[in-house]
Amino acid sequence: MTWDAAGDPTAQAGLDLCDRVLDLVGGRAEALVTHSRGRSALTRFANSRIHQNMDGDVEQVRLRVGVSGGGSAQATTTRVDDDGLTRLVEGALAAARLLPDDPSSPGLAGVAPLPVVDHFDAPTADTTPDSRADIVADFVDTGAGLESAGYCSTSGEVHVLVTTTGVRAASRSTMAQLDAIHRAPATDGPPTDGYGQTTSARVADLDGRRVGEVAAHKAVTGTDPISLSPGNYEVVLEARAVASLLLFPAWLGFNGKAAAEGTSFVHLGEQQFDERIDLWDDATDPRALGRAYDAEGTAKRRVDLVRSGVTVGVVHDRRSAALAGVESTGSSVGSEAFGGYPGDLFLAGGDVPLEALIGNVLRGLLITDFWYTRILDPKTQVITGLTRNGLFLVERGEVVAPVQNLRFTQSVVAGLGPGRVLGLGDDAQLVSNEGGVVHVPSLHLASWSFTGNAQG
Amino acid sequence: MFDLATAAVEAALAAGASYADARIMVVRYESMSAKNSVIEGLTQTETAGVGVRALIGSSWGFDSTPELTATAARRAGERAATVARASARVPGPPLELAPTPVVHASWSNDWEVHPLDDIGISERSDLLVNVTAAIAGAGVPLAQASHQIWDTDKWFVSSDGSRIDQHIVECGAVIDATAIGDGETQRRSYPGVRGQFGTRGWELVRELDLLGNAPRIAEEAQALLRAPQCPEATTTLILGSEQMALQIHESVGHAIELDRILGWEAAFAGTSWLDPAQLGSLRYGSDLMNITADATLPGALGSFGFDDEGVPAQAVDIVKNGTWVGVLSGRDSAPLVGMSSGGMVRADGAASLPMVRMTNVGLLPGDSSLAEMIAATEEGIYMDTNRSWSIDDKRLNFQFGCEIAWEVKNGELGQMLRNPTYTGIGPRFWASMDMVAGADEWVFWGTANCGKGQPMQIGHTGHPSVPARFTNVRVGVR
Repeated sequence: MTWDAAGDPTAQAGLDLCDRVLDLVGGRAEALVTHSRGRSALTRFANSRIHQNMDGDVEQVRLRVGVSGGGSAQATTTRVDDDGLTRLVEGALAAARLLPDDPSSPGLAGVAPLPVVDHFDAPTADTTPDSRADIVADFVDTGAGLESAGYCSTSGEVHVLVTTTGVRAASRSTMAQLDAIHRAPATDGPPTDGYGQTTSARVADLDGRRVGEVAAHKAVTGTDPISLSPGNYEVVLEARAVASLLLFPAWLGFNGKAAAEGTSFVHLGEQQFDERIDLWDDATDPRALGRAYDAEGTAKRRVDLVRSGVTVGVVHDRRSAALAGVESTGSSVGSEAFGGYPGDLFLAGGDVPLEALIGNVLRGLLITDFWYTRILDPKTQVITGLTRNGLFLVERGEVVAPVQNLRFTQSVVAGLGPGRVLGLGDDAQLVSNEGGVVHVPSLHLASWSFTGNAQG
Repeated sequence: MFDLATAAVEAALAAGASYADARIMVVRYESMSAKNSVIEGLTQTETAGVGVRALIGSSWGFDSTPELTATAARRAGERAATVARASARVPGPPLELAPTPVVHASWSNDWEVHPLDDIGISERSDLLVNVTAAIAGAGVPLAQASHQIWDTDKWFVSSDGSRIDQHIVECGAVIDATAIGDGETQRRSYPGVRGQFGTRGWELVRELDLLGNAPRIAEEAQALLRAPQCPEATTTLILGSEQMALQIHESVGHAIELDRILGWEAAFAGTSWLDPAQLGSLRYGSDLMNITADATLPGALGSFGFDDEGVPAQAVDIVKNGTWVGVLSGRDSAPLVGMSSGGMVRADGAASLPMVRMTNVGLLPGDSSLAEMIAATEEGIYMDTNRSWSIDDKRLNFQFGCEIAWEVKNGELGQMLRNPTYTGIGPRFWASMDMVAGADEWVFWGTANCGKGQPMQIGHTGHPSVPARFTNVRVGVR
């Protein structure tokens, strides 16, 4: 059944509040107002006990104004009483008037049809602290003799957006995550960690026992790891590691503003990636978690970024689109200084089970996760980081030994370049990275450059 | 506001909590950014709310609301107790809170020019526009400048009887120039890649002389495109004070967080290579290594009057003459290693759970100078201004990149080098520190973007530091 914002009291209250803000603006500027309201909760555990457990109401109003002969200013507040909203409006207007004239301002989006997007699940929005604790307990129970740590989170919000150009949009969404490790004691040295996760719009998808068994298996099989010398290794990257890598191309590469300014690696129309790589952004996909519209009220749609290895697109907000002479792709995150961001990124999966990807490795590494990846240069996309939560040596298709964590220094674009992708897993799934949530499979790559080990 | 906080605490106690505290925060924030003479972003934010902690048995619960009414505050207190009861479904061992004196106090930092109230927004925007014009005028395609300002009011009430209000003003700025070559970019920032921030007023930004430094960073960014690559070598490394601040933050500051040491951050931020059993005996570095965590330094970004558990700000020895002697701790972590709370628990807003955070974790000055280090180095590399940073989850294996470097030969600076990086293992690296600059070069660097926790919180930390020299360091890792 399609959600109807007109029948949702929270959405209606939000729209009414936005209308109050526009009344306070009173035609003195073009304006965009958003209101979001919901609850956000996170139950965190470590040493196999819940040690941090939080819940809370979330409410925020955001106002963006642009004045003739002046600039644009954005203001947000959590104070939704009359005084708070008046301060919001008068402050934003005063700031915009005092800023230098901005003739390149793209103005506000006009009215356009929005896709039907409803990544919402009522039980998730209403999850109780007891329910989250039970999911945690299921995870912890799978780790007899192990220590566990991680979190179970649930959130839900109703978001509305109204502009002086006539846009009236509403959206609701939920998100649930179980993200955790088991830690196995080692004979000599620190414990070894094994990782598991599920990310979904539905809390019912969080199976603490299943995720816990995956993590426990990795932890137990990872004890007493061997040391390997740095060098180039064939690798199988599990989905979490793949998600970590895609942060930097998404943030600094497929960003239309970075492309226009010349700091992106992107060369449209060129075969920059292996022909097995298809990458796109799509909040309208039922598997995604995003809204039907971006922070500027532009409708979301699928944007192809890489098709069969050829770079074919970048994402834009209104300002970067104007700079490039194209239409916004609906990818604003609310900061014109930043540009567009593909917030619902998909990397196409394949049909090869993870075990078969491993089975095709002559000698290489199985990598569960990367940690603290940081970029050295946006144009070359050289990043450095470390392996974490499960690293294993693979020989002749078999996992033969756990390995101590390694540091890598590698260009993401070169690593996924022509001829370098040897296989795509059939396990594409939602996974978090530092930029949000992406939908990615495991990957088998020909080579990855490791530049350090535990000895330095 | 004290009445609201008291209502929240009383509600939590009535719902079964053995201890509760409530923190009301009202934060005004402004960020402004300019690129190539255009103001691209201006955001002003007002956030307010009540956050309540409740302890039942050995289990914590936390709830928050942005609504500043007695009804909402009481509801948050009751819910915090409900959350604590849920925590008990996966319980831990008995929990003891370190004692802290009951305090009724009011505290504020000093400032000369309030960055929001004493100057107009035009002065702030004009500075960014003019600085980026000066950078772009020197020939680089991308010139950026930005500032951030926080004005925070806090009211804290605990069931122990403490009532504390604080007013903290913080601000700072950064500028950078990016030159774009065929296959790479080169950036120079000033005063550092993360800027310079402090618990001070706009006088801090004025003292930075952003305009005066704009042409220099533009010229250096362009020169870097033409400079040779930093060679791969194991050599003597001299670090400027800005990069030293990052080195301290990553390889000391996070490693000494007691919550990490105890495994409380194991799944995300990670643990630590440090073992509490070795406190007082472990060699962290050379005899020249003296690190303190001092939340009382005037003007430094990690300074305050009381932490978010109502514990007074303190100066704590962390490493003394190379030996590890202290940790960053709070009321529930300190007793587990037989210590009193170091007063280092803070949250980034009313909706966030307070946790152990760095205060001003810094290196005490020595008796040398940058000039003496260069003069005393036959062959080596001098690097400064952080560009990339990555360290493992135990805070041992690090690889850091800098924006700029120069070779050092026969006691003099030589040619500029691009893409400098260095790597090492924390205690081995610190053990090689053989020269430390003196108090004349001591800078209270402020980092306004330290991420930790789940959900992620952004902490403000200070890092007093000076230039220092290290031997046998692997550089030029690619």
